[in-house]
Amino acid sequence: MKNRRTAFVLPPVLVGIIGLALWEGAVTVFEIKEFLLPKPSSIWARLIEEWGVLRHATWETGKIAISGLLIGILLGVLLALITNRFKVLNDGLTPFAIAINATPIVALAPIFNVWFGLTGTFSNQAVVIAVVFFPVFINTAKGLNEVHPNEIELMHSYASGDWTILREVRIPNALPFFANSLRLAAPLSVIAAIVAEYFGGPQDRIGNVITSSAGFAKYDVAWAAIAMASGLGLLLFGSALVTERLSMPWRISGDIKDN
Amino acid sequence: MRENSENLEEAVSIRAADKVFNPDSDNEVQALLGINLDIKEGDFISLIGPSGCGKSTLLRLIADLLVPTAGQVKVFGKTANQARLDQDYGMVFQHSGLFDWRDVSANIELPLELKGWSKADRQARSREMLELVRLEEFKDHYPRQLSGGMQQRVSIARALSFEPRLLLMDEPFGALDEMTREHMQVELLRIWRETGTTVVFVTHSIPEAAFLSSKVVVLSPRPGRIHSEITVDLGDRTDQTRQDPKFFQATTEVREALRAVEAG
Repeated sequence: MKNRRTAFVLPPVLVGIIGLALWEGAVTVFEIKEFLLPKPSSIWARLIEEWGVLRHATWETGKIAISGLLIGILLGVLLALITNRFKVLNDGLTPFAIAINATPIVALAPIFNVWFGLTGTFSNQAVVIAVVFFPVFINTAKGLNEVHPNEIELMHSYASGDWTILREVRIPNALPFFANSLRLAAPLSVIAAIVAEYFGGPQDRIGNVITSSAGFAKYDVAWAAIAMASGLGLLLFGSALVTERLSMPWRISGDIKDN
Repeated sequence: MRENSENLEEAVSIRAADKVFNPDSDNEVQALLGINLDIKEGDFISLIGPSGCGKSTLLRLIADLLVPTAGQVKVFGKTANQARLDQDYGMVFQHSGLFDWRDVSANIELPLELKGWSKADRQARSREMLELVRLEEFKDHYPRQLSGGMQQRVSIARALSFEPRLLLMDEPFGALDEMTREHMQVELLRIWRETGTTVVFVTHSIPEAAFLSSKVVVLSPRPGRIHSEITVDLGDRTDQTRQDPKFFQATTEVREALRAVEAG
């Protein structure tokens, strides 16, 4: 087990280190201008130097991303459960949800500013909610619906009603679908929050640090902020994976099958 | 009570049953027409016929998963609906229908859980059932870790866990390879003997029907009707029975009936 974990972790760590070294070397050797691509070492130096500002910005952006993510998940799952109860609703809504999901929702950020105002954080949060909501709703609804007919017949043979079928069959069946949507939505929530910040809202956020640093030619600070943002995205993606593992123990042990 | 005693030994009694799918529309299908069938308690009945003969539909009428368009289906003297609500039968499908998220014991315990059995009683029963299907050491495995044959055994254990008097099986071994299939047939007969359950078994395999059944019901298609009922008596069956001339004779009889059906 320990060996397998090492084997799993080692390659990406190695590739990461080599990648950073190549980056550092290339910038030095080819004398690339710092404003085009700063060295990892100068980005790191700036990260330490500006830590106070960056930490605060990441924290504030993180709050918007995480709260928007949770609200979006909640709404998506709720609507999926409701549409599952009413077939007409499901048939009517799903095509629209899929169509909307295919449009770049972050493009709505300026419109949301008009709708919800620029003073608070709700406009930004609304962008995150909208970006998270659609994939969660579509996938969860699919998982609740796509149950093998034999499994429903089996439950009818036990004289089970719709609620029991929902609890015992549909919800567990939807879990892997939901988990897939979560893996998609978790990093998306950070992207959505930052893009929304480009268009307005309070000025002490990651998105604003990136735009203003770039505006003042402080590219290494912008890069440091981007590094923080990608750390935040990875953190949320990692949480999604851990949630997935913990909620579906049968999936991990699923690989040992011998036939 | 005395007057009913004759009824009581009928596990299933079907009278003049019709089934029409999508009535009064362009894709109306007459799936079953004028079905009369009696199944005695303790019998092992196979339903066989070409595809489209309505054998799975007939099984679902008995299970009350489908309602006949006309006619009557009685299970242990009750309406099929009452029998389903009383859980008088257990069901096994070709697709094992085991839940990925429950381990083997928890799958077997599902119907008991739904009936509100206590945890201790459930565990005791699932141990007995695992012993019956000889999978004791796999109780903590998840279905995806089992082979197809093992999954079907769990599925049989689950269907029998609440001791129904009737077992309905819809091509349960259809997805298994030939060797596993023959092994499962012997196992099923052993379980049938040990539990005394009445079995209705849908199959499209001639040797399977002949090997397992006390009676083979041959259906003809479009619309599905009962063509003939063939009584088989092979006594105690083992793998050797497959080389027995009596087995050969039984398969020949079923095959000829099916040819007559195909010839229309």
